[in-house]
Amino acid sequence: MCSVKSAMWRGLILGGLLLAFLPSQAAMAAPQYWLDPAGPVAEMQGRLFLLTLWIMIGIFVTVSGVLVYTLVRFRAKGAAAAGSAPGGAAARRESAAAGEQDLPPQIEGSHKLELVWTLIPFLLLIVIAIPTVRYSFALAADPEGDPIKVRVVGHQWWWEFQYPELGIVTGNEMRIPVGRPVELVIESDDVIHKFWVPKLAGKMDAIPGRVNRMWFQADEPGVYYGQCAEMCGTHHANMRLRVVALPPAEFEQWADNWGRGPVVTSEAERQAVERGRQVFETRACFGCHSIEGTAARGVAGPNLTDIGLRTTLAAGILENTPENLARWIDDPQSVKPGALMPRVGLTDSELNDVVAYLRSLR
Amino acid sequence: MATTTLERSFWQALPKPRARTGFWSWVTTVDHKRIGILYFWTALAFFLIGGVEALLIRLQLARPEQDLVAPDLFNQLFTMHATTMIFLAIMPLTAAFFNYFIPLLVGARDVAFPKLNALSYWMFLAGGIFLNSSWVLGGPSDAGWFGYPNYSLSEFNPGLGVDFWIIGLLLAGIGTLVSGFNFIVTILNMRAPGMSLMRMPMFAWATLVTSFLIVFSFPVITVALLLLLFDRVFGTVFFDVFSGADLTLYHHLFWVFGHPEVYIIVLPAMGIVSEVLPVFSRKPLFGYSVMVFSTMLIGFVGFGVWSHHLFTVGMGPVVNTIFSLATMIIAVPTGIKMFNWIGTLFGGRLRFTAAMLYSLGFLALFLIGGLTGVMLSAAPSNTQIHHTYFVVGHFHYVMIGGALFSLMSALHYWGPKMFGRMLDERLGKVAFWTLFVGFNLTFFPMNILGVMGMPRRIYTYSAGMGWDGLNATSTLGALIMAVSILITLYNLVTSLRNGERAPADPWDGRTLEWAIPSPAPEYNFARLPNVSSRDELWVRKHPQLAEGAAVAASAESDGPAEPIAMPGGSYMPLLVSLGLFIAGYGLLYSMPVFVGGIVLSLLGLIGWGFEGDNMRIIQPGGEQ
Repeated sequence: MCSVKSAMWRGLILGGLLLAFLPSQAAMAAPQYWLDPAGPVAEMQGRLFLLTLWIMIGIFVTVSGVLVYTLVRFRAKGAAAAGSAPGGAAARRESAAAGEQDLPPQIEGSHKLELVWTLIPFLLLIVIAIPTVRYSFALAADPEGDPIKVRVVGHQWWWEFQYPELGIVTGNEMRIPVGRPVELVIESDDVIHKFWVPKLAGKMDAIPGRVNRMWFQADEPGVYYGQCAEMCGTHHANMRLRVVALPPAEFEQWADNWGRGPVVTSEAERQAVERGRQVFETRACFGCHSIEGTAARGVAGPNLTDIGLRTTLAAGILENTPENLARWIDDPQSVKPGALMPRVGLTDSELNDVVAYLRSLR
Repeated sequence: MATTTLERSFWQALPKPRARTGFWSWVTTVDHKRIGILYFWTALAFFLIGGVEALLIRLQLARPEQDLVAPDLFNQLFTMHATTMIFLAIMPLTAAFFNYFIPLLVGARDVAFPKLNALSYWMFLAGGIFLNSSWVLGGPSDAGWFGYPNYSLSEFNPGLGVDFWIIGLLLAGIGTLVSGFNFIVTILNMRAPGMSLMRMPMFAWATLVTSFLIVFSFPVITVALLLLLFDRVFGTVFFDVFSGADLTLYHHLFWVFGHPEVYIIVLPAMGIVSEVLPVFSRKPLFGYSVMVFSTMLIGFVGFGVWSHHLFTVGMGPVVNTIFSLATMIIAVPTGIKMFNWIGTLFGGRLRFTAAMLYSLGFLALFLIGGLTGVMLSAAPSNTQIHHTYFVVGHFHYVMIGGALFSLMSALHYWGPKMFGRMLDERLGKVAFWTLFVGFNLTFFPMNILGVMGMPRRIYTYSAGMGWDGLNATSTLGALIMAVSILITLYNLVTSLRNGERAPADPWDGRTLEWAIPSPAPEYNFARLPNVSSRDELWVRKHPQLAEGAAVAASAESDGPAEPIAMPGGSYMPLLVSLGLFIAGYGLLYSMPVFVGGIVLSLLGLIGWGFEGDNMRIIQPGGEQ
């Protein structure tokens, strides 16, 4: 019997652990922990989640409390309990015989009680239903203020971000100004993907043949992680993205400088960059990738115009360092088996030049 | 005249199985109890396969950036884990208990259509083998148990995996659908005299409502799968975006089936618990009639909530709020059931047998599954938890905490009746506690992982995401669950060999199945019972409880003891499903084989129609 009781306690302790855990340091440090929101949309969604969480915890504690009390209070005692012991037929017979003298009242129900536990859940649901309806419509409305438009296109397995008003295209890293709503138009180029940046907003599907819309806004500068949330093939797990929220002035500066070409600091670097650019424009690279202001106009892979500024490579799985860039270009299949980028087969010097060139695009 | 005689003698010359024991008696059986036992062992085997798949998934995710399982294999594993557990393990395990116990509970000698019942089993087996054979024939589908196009179309999924998945499900689906009709007719038409609908045990009600859900929802998935198959095999363009298809059509078709499917799994679980709790509380089920109507309400409203799986496809706020509110409504009848179960326990004399522990485990865990379900119903916050591990945690609390715990309860409660041996109580309790602890360790952390932003169906994650500890805990829990399942298997195997012989009524039961010997004789009831009460056996044991006007229940009013005609076995159900099974491979590999399979199946149907009923007369008592 005490094992039943201890199990219930175990359940309660687990529930308590959840409560202790949610606001804890470890959770706050998790880059996709969305109860620590960075903008109004995620904040509203998180608030509704917490409302439901607290009501459910209240119900859980109440119901499991009554259940535990019932189990302790009404356990069969003496011989009647023997039927539960592994004593075989004799014990069961004894238990049945004992039960004969100890038959509990055969209560078949109570409409009054049943009405009570129909109405109480109903009232609690209304408490959840009202903000559900309100928030659903509020979040579907156009954002206030002066939104910036971004077209999101999902590809196997990377994200394309187009800024139609600014003439900018980037891959896997979306730069946005702090404090301004971002209107997202979400589409897909191949299979169904799901766009998700937890600290900024919930998910929206990218479905081929359809156009979905949502918006979010970052209130603080920072780097916000996201990733595809719809199973889309081999590298679904590695289809990650980041949203970099910049102070408005910095964002303007980035937008103005986008596509202005390589930034070099020495003559030697300039020459390497020039050689790298020639490699890029003559070998397979340009067939799939675009770089503003060059002959590279491919659209199968991410636009690399500002790749030197990005924090990650290969859709969020590698830090953007020269070593990782070289590793990725040299043999993409060893980094991400099944990725759609082939091995081009550059010589070591070509590879170094291309890396120098791409690093200078910032 | 002469020809008719000739024809008749031709059909009568068809081989009819005579074996009463051994291999051929099982292969040709139409006895609902034997079919139930076949369902049980087959589903158990698939359950173990699905469990191994789950363990591989958990081992890969135990630590960040592991290379234990390659990405494509991982995608195949979660696809097959879900498909296997839902269609080949949990549903057929439920069907095992439907088969063995529905005729016993309603006081019948068999189901309405015994041969169709055999066909159901063989179609399930055919579908299960067909589906799993893809592991050795080029690899199974990696498109998820939902198989959304366009990822599941040939363009993105050129192998045969998705075809195996579709045809396997279609084959098994025929069995399920046939079974649905069979149990509706059985429950409505085959009840013993006096067993009015409102005197049926709750498990019979759950089966009835579940069967209606099957009959209404399986045609929808059948259509969706056929459209997908046509696109893949014949080049139609139902889901071709460039021809103007809207892919969300499939989303809706799938979930119009997929959500009732949840209740197809959970309603029988609720039915089992509603049988077990009264017996081990020595009290009637609290609020029987409200429980009946709650079951119907859940089944009915369950058809109107499917789009809550689709809050992120862009349906707009009007549709989203409608489905949010409809989903919340389901919490009301479910809540009533929870309180009525506690009301059943309240004031009882509770005996904590293994069966009772599993049912109590159901109450605690299904409560969490239900509450997290209500949390998921609110569309705005759903877009955050949707497709995260929160959902994985939620539905495993429903599928394992709800369905599996209740099936374990049923195994310990009804096992003695099915197998004629008592299961070991001590091992049963050890297995229960191991499963309870392991289960919570596995799935509770998943709820938190979802809040920390871990999406589903990812084969790997980076170390910096803050998910390491919880994933490691979850994998540890999964290993503990595996230990529990092994203990139960050991218990099952040793108890069936050497366990104590089960008496007719080991638990001081309340319903008709405990009025007959264990295991039940072929004809079930030597004399068909005349029912006067909801807890017929209980009232017969305690005549003082019979309600005023009601005729006191007793064995005297039962039907006459006379020779009983029982249907003999038949090869035809096996032949029909074998033909369709072969045709499935033919569709993928060779048209002549396809045609051959269909012809075999048609011959089976013709033989079925003309072979006659092969009746056997049994003298009750004479055989035992």
